[in-house]
Amino acid sequence: MPELIPFLKDLLSAPGLSIHEGPVAELIRTRWAPLVDEISLSRLGSLHARRKGSAAEPRPSILIATHMDAIGLMVTRIEDGFLHLAQVGGVDARVLPGQLVTVHGRQDLPGVVIQPSPRLLPPGFEENPVPLEHLLVDTGLLPRRVNELVRVGDLVSFAQPPLELAGETIAGHTLDNRASVAALTVCLETLQNRPHAWDVWAVATVAEEVGLIGAYTSTFQLRPTLVIVLDVTFAKGPGANEWNTFPLGKGPTLVMGANMHPALHKALKDLADKLEIPYAVEYAPTHSGTDASATQVTAEGIPSAVIGIPLRYMHTPVEVVAVKDIRRAGRLLAEFIAGLTPDFMDKITWDD
Amino acid sequence: MKSLIQKLTETFSPSGYENAIREVIRREVEPLADELRVDALGNLIARKGPSTGSGPAKGKKRLMLAAHMDEIGLIATHIDENGFVRFTGIGGIRPQALTGGRVRFVNGAAGVIGIERLSDPSKAPTLEQCFIDVGATSPKDCPVKVGDVCGFDRPFLDLGRRLVAKAMDDRIGCAVLIETLRALESTPHEVYFVFTTQEEVGLRGAHTAAFGVEPEIGLSVDVTGTGDTPKGSRMAVSLGKGPAIKVKDSGMLSDPRLVAWMCAGAEKARLPYQREVLEGGTTDAMAMQVSRAGVPAGCLSIPSRYIHSPSEMVDYEDVQNAVKLLTALVSKPIEW
Amino acid sequence: MPAIGNAQLKLLERLSNACAVSGDEGEVRKIVLAEIEGRADEIKVDALGNVLAIKKGSERKRLRVMLSAHMDEVGFMLVADDGEGIFRFEVIGSIDPRQLPGKAVLVGRDHTPGVIGARPIHLTTADERKRAIPVDSLRIDLGPGGKAKPGDRATFATPFRRVGPSLLGKALDNRLGVATLIELLRNAPPNVDLLAAFTVQEEIGLRGAKVAAFALDPDLGIAVDATPAHDQPSWDGEPAPFYNTRLGLGPALYVADRATLSDPRLVRWLTDSAEAAGLPYQIRQPGGGGTDAGAIHRARAGVPAVSVSVPHRYPHTAASLARLDDWKNTLALLHTALTRLTPAVLAGER
Repeated sequence: MPELIPFLKDLLSAPGLSIHEGPVAELIRTRWAPLVDEISLSRLGSLHARRKGSAAEPRPSILIATHMDAIGLMVTRIEDGFLHLAQVGGVDARVLPGQLVTVHGRQDLPGVVIQPSPRLLPPGFEENPVPLEHLLVDTGLLPRRVNELVRVGDLVSFAQPPLELAGETIAGHTLDNRASVAALTVCLETLQNRPHAWDVWAVATVAEEVGLIGAYTSTFQLRPTLVIVLDVTFAKGPGANEWNTFPLGKGPTLVMGANMHPALHKALKDLADKLEIPYAVEYAPTHSGTDASATQVTAEGIPSAVIGIPLRYMHTPVEVVAVKDIRRAGRLLAEFIAGLTPDFMDKITWDD
Repeated sequence: MKSLIQKLTETFSPSGYENAIREVIRREVEPLADELRVDALGNLIARKGPSTGSGPAKGKKRLMLAAHMDEIGLIATHIDENGFVRFTGIGGIRPQALTGGRVRFVNGAAGVIGIERLSDPSKAPTLEQCFIDVGATSPKDCPVKVGDVCGFDRPFLDLGRRLVAKAMDDRIGCAVLIETLRALESTPHEVYFVFTTQEEVGLRGAHTAAFGVEPEIGLSVDVTGTGDTPKGSRMAVSLGKGPAIKVKDSGMLSDPRLVAWMCAGAEKARLPYQREVLEGGTTDAMAMQVSRAGVPAGCLSIPSRYIHSPSEMVDYEDVQNAVKLLTALVSKPIEW
Repeated sequence: MPAIGNAQLKLLERLSNACAVSGDEGEVRKIVLAEIEGRADEIKVDALGNVLAIKKGSERKRLRVMLSAHMDEVGFMLVADDGEGIFRFEVIGSIDPRQLPGKAVLVGRDHTPGVIGARPIHLTTADERKRAIPVDSLRIDLGPGGKAKPGDRATFATPFRRVGPSLLGKALDNRLGVATLIELLRNAPPNVDLLAAFTVQEEIGLRGAKVAAFALDPDLGIAVDATPAHDQPSWDGEPAPFYNTRLGLGPALYVADRATLSDPRLVRWLTDSAEAAGLPYQIRQPGGGGTDAGAIHRARAGVPAVSVSVPHRYPHTAASLARLDDWKNTLALLHTALTRLTPAVLAGER
């Protein structure tokens, strides 16, 4: 198997804010193309890659959805060479001051998010968090040059380079959800040597962070028989130790709740037990907060499941994930796909 | 075009009750369109250019241009014993814009908005503290029933370059679509001019219209805010600096290919334009984007001051430039 | 005449990327000692870790001028091991706690990478987001099994880089001063005895400068430092009268801060020198703050003192930003002023 960690680092470094996934989609396409039978972009830019199964036509198909878009910022206004900002996706403004960023102007410009001195702010911000409306980006360039190179609506990505930490963990921005893209890549690689009856749609969706847009539209277009969504979930760690957080590096989560078909969830659980892949069951009573909220209700409705990869510090530029969990999620997926029999849907029933 | 804008803005058609405005628009577009239909939610859909049946051609696209024809309004919830009408809002009503205002019901009845005595006069009233006085003295002689709807009653005002009216949001978009349809001599595209309903209550008309039209490109024409009034919100859009090409609003990120196409089109036609990031509000484009298998979507915005007040202001040159830009864009093949 | 070219920028880069939190300045000290080796008549490391270097002039009637640049930077110390590679830490020096969440850090002498995370936004409430994240809830996370120990220092991990006309990095305060002082020492004019003090523990109370000034016993002292520039637009677009300094206007001369009222003779000497040489300068707005001059002027029986700083934005954050031209002009002004420094400058009374 080609190196996973360098590919993951490439994924983290590729720009691709919501609706603007072009660069990262191209990177994934290059990596996936030899692993699949056909590959194309949807009208909105989601990557659709198909591995054909061996069952007779009409063949059932399983869609694996991993969103590839990144959260970030956008230039709303330019004042004296400083950039005002809006968020793209959910960003806690409290993690922004002092962050290195790349401003995607007419050329890519390095910059830093700055929290102006309290003297330059309305009263009350001596100690309280400064909201996004008062934060700025400084590119270090003179105002005239900024006006030449940057326009309202230009995107701003996080620029924190990926770091390898102890215990085979990776820190960086956009591990949500490029870690899952890496896991799906592991799955596709594993399937090279495993026959499977079903068609597999490996899909890197666009714009999950701004409304599950890729999930709605790709599922509508491809009309799979089943969907498994792969996304990150909250890992236990500093600042996060509630019931809905899971140990880092101790296996993926299998999510149960209203978005997920219980029989599909159970099939994944049984398989993980059989393979002795460690996992935790994650409870999402109403909405899973993932693409599955969309895939489940697309067209006639599609049984969906969610696998989570525990991640610390979600939506900060220093998210942390364990490479082991990525590999486990990829392997579980591949084994699940390889085990899908042509009549598998007979088991996906209600009220056993 | 000013008289068209006056006619459109002085018509009363709050969300869900678009009959009157649909008739006004239908009379304008009927002679211009190749095909006209009204769908189940009341969207008025006018086609111009070769239909799907004529087969594909290079650079030919099926486009949906959407301007919503509904307006915000009020709906009566209770008639009290003295004939005063209590109400709630249809769409984003701001109570501070109500006091002293006049309203006109779809059934023709008129009234004025009053407020209860406020314990704290420095604060804006809530909708529950407002009522409509239609001149009645009891439920019996009240011309309004529970469930009747009304819009702001405010005449069109021509300030020369600046135009003021209620419901400029989004009758100005309707006017731009009508004038574009009129100006469009020929188009390689199958263009649907869609006058949508129920935008102000959740983009509902655009949702079904997009499913029905199944466009390859979706473009809304709607108003956007400005940052050019004293101590107002600080936004990089001004009245009179050209129509705005939306990059983002709070509901949608425009498809970058559409943004590039529109900006290049404006530059080629030497028309002024502004790039827009709107931090509050969204348009029909949001519904179009996620329709079926997805539609690249964007929005051409008309900068507007005092949105959702009874006196919304636009710049006439911005409006005319929007027509020119839209006409130029849909006249030529689209190569992406 | 010293100049700033690629070699000097490379040196600044090494200095900026080095980790030298107050009390543990070894990494910068090592660079300084290597850079000034053989360039002074006397070099020693004193009891606190200051590097003191003396370069004697050759002319008669020389003033003994102390130039001080602090080597230390703000940062963190690991204070408790929570297990699994997670450590509790304390802040060293004044860092706005709002600058901490979501940052990469370098821990210990071998620069082990780690992060200071934050609770996912998804798990926070709107009320919670209106309050700053308490520092005692934050941890440095090295990854499971990460090797470090309480007592290790840590800094922000921002690598130095040039951006257009600007310099971006951590600890520009005060590696700009350190790099400037190295250049001045290498190009010391013959009319003075140049007493260079690369000081420690400035960020926690000017502690190194205090003993250095006592030991060097100079005729006058100049602190070479970096000072904040708050030259961003104000939130309401109104003119902002409190900017401290502005980028691009040249070296900032101190008249008064919380620790020192500069010797007016030295201020005049500097402004005259700048004007004679056609160099830009700005007067730092009198106000708070302090430099090594605060300790120097109170040494022994008193020392005439002043501060000259390179303006820089976003001090004590992960990424501060200065203009290359301001640094060049700071070096040029100090050098040209030193060449003009005669006992006459201090002849009259203060």
